[in-house]
Amino acid sequence: MKISREEVLRVAQLAHLELAPEEVETYRGQLDEILAYIGKLQELDVSGVDPMTQMRPQTSGGPQQGSSTAARAEAATTAGTEPELRDDVVVPCNVAQAVLAEAPDAAKPFFRVPKVIER
Amino acid sequence: MTTAPTWTIGSVRDALLAKKTSARELAKDFYAQIERRNPEINAFLALCPERAYAQADRVDAAIAKGQPLGSLAGVPVAIKDVISTEGVRTTCGSKILENYTPPYDATAIERLKNAGAVILGKTNCDEFAMGSSNENSAYGAVRNPAALDRVPGGSSGGSAAAVAAGLSVVALGTDTGGSIRQPGAYCGVPALMPTYGRVSRYGLIAFASSLDRIGPFATNIADVATVMSVIAGHDSNDSTSAAIDVPDYAAELEKSLDGMRIGVPEDYFGAGLDPELKAKIEAGIALLEKLGCKRVPLKMPHTDYAIATYYIVATAEASSNLARYDGVRYGLRVQGNTLMDMYRRTRERGFGPEVKRRIMLGTYALSSGYYDAYYLRAQKVRALIARDFANAFEIVDAIITPTAPTPAFKLGEKTADPLEMYLADIYTVTGSLAGVPGISVPCGQTAGGLPIGMQIFASHFGEGRILQLARAFERAGGFSI
Repeated sequence: MKISREEVLRVAQLAHLELAPEEVETYRGQLDEILAYIGKLQELDVSGVDPMTQMRPQTSGGPQQGSSTAARAEAATTAGTEPELRDDVVVPCNVAQAVLAEAPDAAKPFFRVPKVIER
Repeated sequence: MTTAPTWTIGSVRDALLAKKTSARELAKDFYAQIERRNPEINAFLALCPERAYAQADRVDAAIAKGQPLGSLAGVPVAIKDVISTEGVRTTCGSKILENYTPPYDATAIERLKNAGAVILGKTNCDEFAMGSSNENSAYGAVRNPAALDRVPGGSSGGSAAAVAAGLSVVALGTDTGGSIRQPGAYCGVPALMPTYGRVSRYGLIAFASSLDRIGPFATNIADVATVMSVIAGHDSNDSTSAAIDVPDYAAELEKSLDGMRIGVPEDYFGAGLDPELKAKIEAGIALLEKLGCKRVPLKMPHTDYAIATYYIVATAEASSNLARYDGVRYGLRVQGNTLMDMYRRTRERGFGPEVKRRIMLGTYALSSGYYDAYYLRAQKVRALIARDFANAFEIVDAIITPTAPTPAFKLGEKTADPLEMYLADIYTVTGSLAGVPGISVPCGQTAGGLPIGMQIFASHFGEGRILQLARAFERAGGFSI
């Protein structure tokens, strides 16, 4: 078994989800099956592989050969996909009214929520 | 059964310029057709006639004055309900956004509008684009126009069904793990997932930000190219959009395939592939060879790990992206005694079962003690999958695979088993993880008349090559092979 009932409850709490009692066992069973399947990732040797943290073209190469940062940077520049930073200039953004209009409970110019600070 | 789509972008333009119809008349005809067919197909969640007729009138006025027309002038389009449309309800197929109306247009919508497109309405989809059958919509499943007892695929099932049934000329969908290509295959229409960064995601309501892409559905390749020319390009509101010039896709369409190297990875033709589909895809590849392509056998050894990788990466990102639905700023709020109560009750009531399942899986994969074993490892395997593609594109110009292992399945057939449903995306998630573009094009039908899709991948920003191959395949009769 990959995941226990207690872990399901802990995860639900972390995710701010309130589960009905009957949902807990359903999710436990389903997550267990999915995690067992995902366990196949443990079959691979990933030592020396850099995690893919940017969506830019990857360099080719052998499966175990971690490419250098410089090589990746070069590949990215060649492809012209290095993210472009825009100029740091102030532009007007007068959207407060439109945004608050969608709020379930607005007390302009604020969003109102249940009291969070007791005094 | 279905009325075949009759309009194309080109025929709309010709009819408008020849004054055989007006943009307003055309929109009216499409709304009449939607009214007739939508109760059965459930492709549209919301219609926006006011906005559509205002846009149509602008096009008609431009025609009357002889002014130059945008490339989509008067063309009726449908938009997946995860893309923000100013003043038009946008629910993401979820109860949590049941009453949400975006205050702005997504960049892709802005560009369609500037090209003269007439947006008819918003299409049904799996909740927050999470699903492969459209059965996870909080507003009922879409039915496949080719077989009403079957799913249209997902998550962009409404967009695929709308185009296949002739309820819009083209449509936008989004693809995170196959959500454009797989419904395209199931409904029998061309469907393109562009390169990550080719089309701005500004205004696309996020599911998994490193995977989400906006792309078109159409009935023919020329229309796919026209829509791409409109929506592609850099956008300062999306820092991940690429500052690379958009080629003239139309100019690629009629080029010869002579000498093109097409890779056929054996890993996509294994035991899970329906033999009837395998035979058709083989026939499709043979046709491409006849058109001048050279077939190259390939091995992409990490293909089998793609679904496992995807369901960690995508759910981890989703658990973070969907944290914003807490009842404070927009959408549903369920009152609670404390702030935490309010969050929990809102999310419990607002999210459907698949969304909760994925939020929990993603939260688990990112949680203390499991991060290295799941998320970090998945990001490393993702790099290996991307390298499979990079290695392949050293020796081939494009990769040909089936789009999905089976044709459209029956409504309700896979809803009890989430994992089995995930496996419907086994051939599409690879390209999603690698960031490369891919199209699904029709490649004949099963003996039972169900559409079959053939997938074509190219390297990053190789949409032109994909369209060139797809157009040659279409011209040679490949769609009905």
